[in-house]
Amino acid sequence: MAAKSKEILLDPLLNSNPIAVQVLGICSALAVTSKLETAIVMSIALTVVVALSNLSISLMREYIPSSIRIIVQLTVIASLVIITDQVLKAFVYDVAMQLAVFVGLIITNCIVMGRAEAFAMQNPPWPSFVDGVGNGLGYSLILISVGFVRELFGSGTVLGVTIMPLVTDGGWYTPNGLMVLSPAAFFLIGVAIWIMRTINPELVEEE
Amino acid sequence: MEHYLSLLTKSVFIENMALAYFLGMCSFLAVSQRVKTAVGLGAAVVFVLAVTCPLNSLLYHGLLKEDSVLLTGYDLSFLNFLTFIGTIAAAVQIVEMTLEKYAPALYGALGVFLPLIAVNCAILGASLFMVDRDYHVVDSAVFGFGSGLGFAIAIVALAAIREKMHYSDVPPALRGLGITFIVTGLMAIGFMMFGGISL
Repeated sequence: MAAKSKEILLDPLLNSNPIAVQVLGICSALAVTSKLETAIVMSIALTVVVALSNLSISLMREYIPSSIRIIVQLTVIASLVIITDQVLKAFVYDVAMQLAVFVGLIITNCIVMGRAEAFAMQNPPWPSFVDGVGNGLGYSLILISVGFVRELFGSGTVLGVTIMPLVTDGGWYTPNGLMVLSPAAFFLIGVAIWIMRTINPELVEEE
Repeated sequence: MEHYLSLLTKSVFIENMALAYFLGMCSFLAVSQRVKTAVGLGAAVVFVLAVTCPLNSLLYHGLLKEDSVLLTGYDLSFLNFLTFIGTIAAAVQIVEMTLEKYAPALYGALGVFLPLIAVNCAILGASLFMVDRDYHVVDSAVFGFGSGLGFAIAIVALAAIREKMHYSDVPPALRGLGITFIVTGLMAIGFMMFGGISL
């Protein structure tokens, strides 16, 4: 059991990473990564929501009629997101304002729905919870790496702390303007997928 | 009139749902392999957005916001998410049933995509933007239609590029998803030029 839990937890980090392999939950991954701080808060929020939604849907899975399961899942997820949104607004108001609509968009984040549908509906609560945490962490891995690269090269800082002093402030680093623009996230994730598939050729798509 | 025209242009090009805000990316990347299916999904998105956005706006101004038209003294805006997603799921269901009964040809073309749309972030995103920017009902109808149109243009363009790309020699590890990301990034840069237009 312990070995299986470990596998369920670690598999989504690389081999079946939700963003790079399953192509789920990309929308928010692109929009919130221009700063590391927002990327981290978003990662935590999503991991909590996906873990708890997997847990609660798995607990109810035998009582949900399959014809209305989508709306039941959406209701569970929407309630969890409302709670997350209220908590974020209460404790980290500034970041919540920067994330704006993207906290709400966790509801339609395909990772949450996808895992509820693909895993939690068939499995007992504990593995479902672990699967949720694992997928949340897989999402966080990509989000935080992209956020780190974009903030470091785009504005020379990490979590707001100056690492490479900018030319405009009398330092030596000329910021890469592309990194703060949103298309940069596409290029970085594209390159991340390229690297992952070069390391693990099994994932390469056949044309 | 001029106000609505500029809002429409803004939502189609400058604030393009797919290429400026990256909403609806999951279906954007997954359903863009053929131009024909992309057109189907695009049409379904325009339709659903044009219906749900004003509907959610009515609900928000009528019931949910602080001191709304029907309920004064209460602030139910924390229920926004739940209400909007409920409206969207219900609207999609109704649209699907109506089309099946009265326009079977259109239903045949859009059928598979309609259920998918209930969980498309672009649809919920548009409703949340509408609240964020304080659009009233007519504004949000125009905004919903424009956002849908912008999404449709973007997904059809991407599908056309991907069809042509079959003839290119892409490195094996980049094939499929990887190169699609990079192409979308380039398209997004292209769309950023609309940012220079002042309305």
